[in-house]
Amino acid sequence: MSAVASASFRVRVGDADAIMDATSFVRFEGVRKSYDGKQFVVDDLNLAVRKGEFLTMLGPSGSGKTTSLMMLGGFEAPTFGHIFLDDEPVERLPPEKRNIGFVFQNYALFPHMTVAENVAFPLRYRGIKGRAAAGRIAKALAMVHLGHLGERKPSQLSGGQQQRVALARALVFDPTLVLMDEPLGALDKQLREHMQVEIKQLQRMLGITMVYVTHDQGEALTMSDRIAVFNDGRIQQLATPEVLYEQPANRFVAGFIGENNLIPAHVTRIENGTAVMALGDGTILRAPAATATRSSGASTLAIRPERFFVDTGDTPETNRLSGTVSELFYLGDHLRIAVDVGAEKPIVARIPALQRLPLACGDTIALRCHVHDCRLLEA
Amino acid sequence: MMFRQRLLVASFLSGMSVVAGTAARAETTLSLMSFGGAYQEAQRKAVFESYTAKTGTKIIEQEYGGEIAKIKAMVDTGNTTLDVIDVDAPTASQGCDEGLFETIDWSRIGDRSNWIKGTATDCAVGTIVYATIVAYDAAKMKNGPTKMADLFDTARFPGKRGLFKSPYGNMEFALLADGVPVGDVYKVLGTPEGIDRAFKKLGTIKKDVVWWDAGAQAPQLLASGEVVMTTAWNGRIYNANKEGRQFKIVWDHEMLDSNLWVIPKGAKNPQASYDFIKFYVQPEILSKVSKYIPYGPVTQSAVADVAPDIAENLPTTPKNMTNSFTLDVNFWADHADEIRKRFTTWLAQ
Amino acid sequence: MTPDLPTRSQPAGLDRAVRKANRPASRASFSLAIPLLLFLLVTFVVPIVSLFAKAVDNPETRSVLPATVAALDAWPGAGAPDEAVFAAFARDLARAASGRTAAGLGKRLNYEIPGMRSRVITAARSAGVVQAPFKAAFIKLDPVWGDPIVWATIKRDGRRLTPSYLLAAADLRQTADGAIVPAPADQRIFLGILGRTLFIAGLVTVLTLVLGYPVAYALALAPPLLASVMMLCILLPLWTSLLVRTTAWVVLLQTNGVVNDVILALGLSSERLQLIFTRFGTVAAMTHIQLPFTILPIASVMRTIPAAHMRAARSLGAPPAAAFWQVYAPQTLPGVMAGGLITFILSLGYYITPALVGGPNDQMISNFISIYINSELNWGLASALGVVLLVVTLGIYGVFLRVVGADKLRLG
Repeated sequence: MSAVASASFRVRVGDADAIMDATSFVRFEGVRKSYDGKQFVVDDLNLAVRKGEFLTMLGPSGSGKTTSLMMLGGFEAPTFGHIFLDDEPVERLPPEKRNIGFVFQNYALFPHMTVAENVAFPLRYRGIKGRAAAGRIAKALAMVHLGHLGERKPSQLSGGQQQRVALARALVFDPTLVLMDEPLGALDKQLREHMQVEIKQLQRMLGITMVYVTHDQGEALTMSDRIAVFNDGRIQQLATPEVLYEQPANRFVAGFIGENNLIPAHVTRIENGTAVMALGDGTILRAPAATATRSSGASTLAIRPERFFVDTGDTPETNRLSGTVSELFYLGDHLRIAVDVGAEKPIVARIPALQRLPLACGDTIALRCHVHDCRLLEA
Repeated sequence: MMFRQRLLVASFLSGMSVVAGTAARAETTLSLMSFGGAYQEAQRKAVFESYTAKTGTKIIEQEYGGEIAKIKAMVDTGNTTLDVIDVDAPTASQGCDEGLFETIDWSRIGDRSNWIKGTATDCAVGTIVYATIVAYDAAKMKNGPTKMADLFDTARFPGKRGLFKSPYGNMEFALLADGVPVGDVYKVLGTPEGIDRAFKKLGTIKKDVVWWDAGAQAPQLLASGEVVMTTAWNGRIYNANKEGRQFKIVWDHEMLDSNLWVIPKGAKNPQASYDFIKFYVQPEILSKVSKYIPYGPVTQSAVADVAPDIAENLPTTPKNMTNSFTLDVNFWADHADEIRKRFTTWLAQ
Repeated sequence: MTPDLPTRSQPAGLDRAVRKANRPASRASFSLAIPLLLFLLVTFVVPIVSLFAKAVDNPETRSVLPATVAALDAWPGAGAPDEAVFAAFARDLARAASGRTAAGLGKRLNYEIPGMRSRVITAARSAGVVQAPFKAAFIKLDPVWGDPIVWATIKRDGRRLTPSYLLAAADLRQTADGAIVPAPADQRIFLGILGRTLFIAGLVTVLTLVLGYPVAYALALAPPLLASVMMLCILLPLWTSLLVRTTAWVVLLQTNGVVNDVILALGLSSERLQLIFTRFGTVAAMTHIQLPFTILPIASVMRTIPAAHMRAARSLGAPPAAAFWQVYAPQTLPGVMAGGLITFILSLGYYITPALVGGPNDQMISNFISIYINSELNWGLASALGVVLLVVTLGIYGVFLRVVGADKLRLG
């Protein structure tokens, strides 16, 4: 009883957010999903996907992103809450009536049918036959550069080619929404990067709405208009790639997207919108204060490795951290160093290689960063 | 299971005998094969144990289901490990024809004329006689059949009847029920008209027949009420009654068949084989078998030795064999193939 | 993207070089297979070859009547042979009587002319005492020895190989003049029995497929724990002997048995039905025994089909039933074919179950092979029936592969 009550409460909270977005095409409202009746694998999901948008659900495995996608596809039913497709509630609509293109992790091509028959499959159930169907199939295969392979069986194709067939099959019936569940997971790195670009181009060209699930943040950053970062069944942050990178909402997002130094710090006061912190050894650090930042207490300071630069002067400066180099890797375009500054973990910094610094492990070094490159997060 | 255990014991014993052979006193053994079950149990109690006690010869037993193919396989490979084998009459005749058995030197056994007709052959020494009879369940039917011909009387005895799924016996019973005198059965059956006549008579009850395949099925069919009467082997009926059934045997025109000892070709120690068979057919020994299983001894002198209450159930008791006949193995050896095929097509019609 | 395989022209002799380079490896793998090949040779090839040999082998007449067979070469085939043949016959029979081989000859001739067995034995007994002229003496002994058909049969049986067992297995026979004609109507049994065997095996196959397919599907979909319990239930009957399972069916199906009790109690019938000793009983018992053999290959093929395929079909617009029949079922076909074929071929060889549960019209060809091997000792005819069964089975398998294709056969 209490679970239901709390769920309906959450729906009301979520409503405000979702309804504000008038252009939304897909809407999750207070969706919760539990398999075992004890734990929610998706907990209070409120999300609106805009028409024509490429939205990625990103998160580690078990974060609820695939379950959310399956609920949208119609293969799982939400335990609580509602899903709207073009403003129609679809929780009771079987998958075959949703008109959604779905690309599965291992492509799910039908091995007993040729490539052309696979692509023709969705047309059968839409009354498209004969010449009209043939034209559509040819067009879809041409779109993914497989026009010449229609008569092959899927087992005679390479992984990349199979991926393209799956794509053609999901697009041939002009769905307004296409869902993809880790579609590039089985491909090698080069091919994956190539396909990322191709999928993105197709999506833009056809103007379709796409919801894409991946655990690969690089892939998410490359392709998405917006990314929903999932963890523990909840969306941690929903934003554009740039905002996610520059202004992570919490420690999880800061750590999950790109590399970050998460430094425990204690806020002592706030001066003109700048929070002032002291580290254990007395070093003073400053960062822009967010509206929610309390004027004193424990917090976390997030600084990206590439935002550090080596300070060669010897006067004390703001945001200056000094210590000994404990690790050093030469990576061509940059040096990656770990500096032991007396904190819990060493600070990782990326120094452009062109500075040609004569560094070695054990050297003492001072690192600095600008105040606006520091981000203050809740502890 | 029993069989396997006994094999184990047998191989253990034979292993022991090898060990014992190196000891001071060499121990002689005799290997035999019989039909197992209650029959071999009776043989063991009546004969084998006393033979071992008297001569010190250890008996190593094997069991089989009467398949002559098994004997042929043993003889053909030239490794005859058995000294004597208990066989039924058709097997005795067949094996003799095939040269699977040694010829019996009757001077080493006894007076051949003492044996019931057909049970002392060139290759085999008869021991017991059993009968294919008609039986019914007295608990279910008060005024049951009294003669073989009642098997074919569906007006007086409506209901299913069990018959052995083979032409053996059934052809003879049909002719007898059709009025052929018991002495002429095989003469009539040897003509095409006789065969037609037998099939015609069988045809009158064909739709009422339940065909059985294994000896144990016949009493089971009676017990379950599947049939009102059935042909059966008399020992099976007797054993069912020992377990509380009230089956009655109709001693009329029963067909007699016998079991015999043979010496397989190439037996290692013929003297031991002869000693054993000679011991087995002594009247006082042979009559003891009937104490444990209701099969009659084949020698006239042994019949006299059977206790009267046991004799009641034996096919060899004079009052039970007034009009019986003996299965003619020679006739069947000549005609089995053709009649079996016709029997099979007749069944399928 | 994956580049296509190079199709550049190859240097001459590349094939040979590749083969040569791979030779040590293929030799090693062949030598690993030698024990298996030897095993197959001893347990499979040798028995089948000897089966074929037994079906045409014809040693009896040649070995017992060598001089007679030689003398018959000069016989034109019409009328009774001359004195020379009878003299040779008397010599041969006298030797046969002392060597106790006459009965074997009699049995062989009895297959061709019923009743010959006892006539040959009688003739052999008197062979030592008959005096010349032998022709008159033998014909006086038994007029049958004046019949040219008997001598034509002896002449034909004098050959090293005989077609007569194979002909008999196909319900044919050879007349005295060598023409092949159908056997007399009341002796024609084997083709009918073969047809019955194929029909029962086919029916059992279809029934196991109809009953087993949903079970296999449930097994493939079940969570691991439930699946292992189900698997145990499916395999359990296989751990019981065939005879025990058949006997259990006898108890169930008999007139006063459990099935009839249930039918009466449910009011489905007012009287007890004849279930045992019928085709129904045979097929029911065989279907039960064969079910695991059909289910296991289907289930193991089903387990290789990803769940995503059905989902993909649904997402592309197929309703559940269409998704199942269009996408899932075709992929199970190799398992269905393999399971069906295993059950069909195993069913062809049944004989204990039809003997105990079936009626007289449910006896299958193996029942007769068993009779001819175990009790009639007519191994020639038994082998010929075995050859017929083997050829028919291989023929069906061949047609099956032709129609369906070998790639449609998979055990998992």
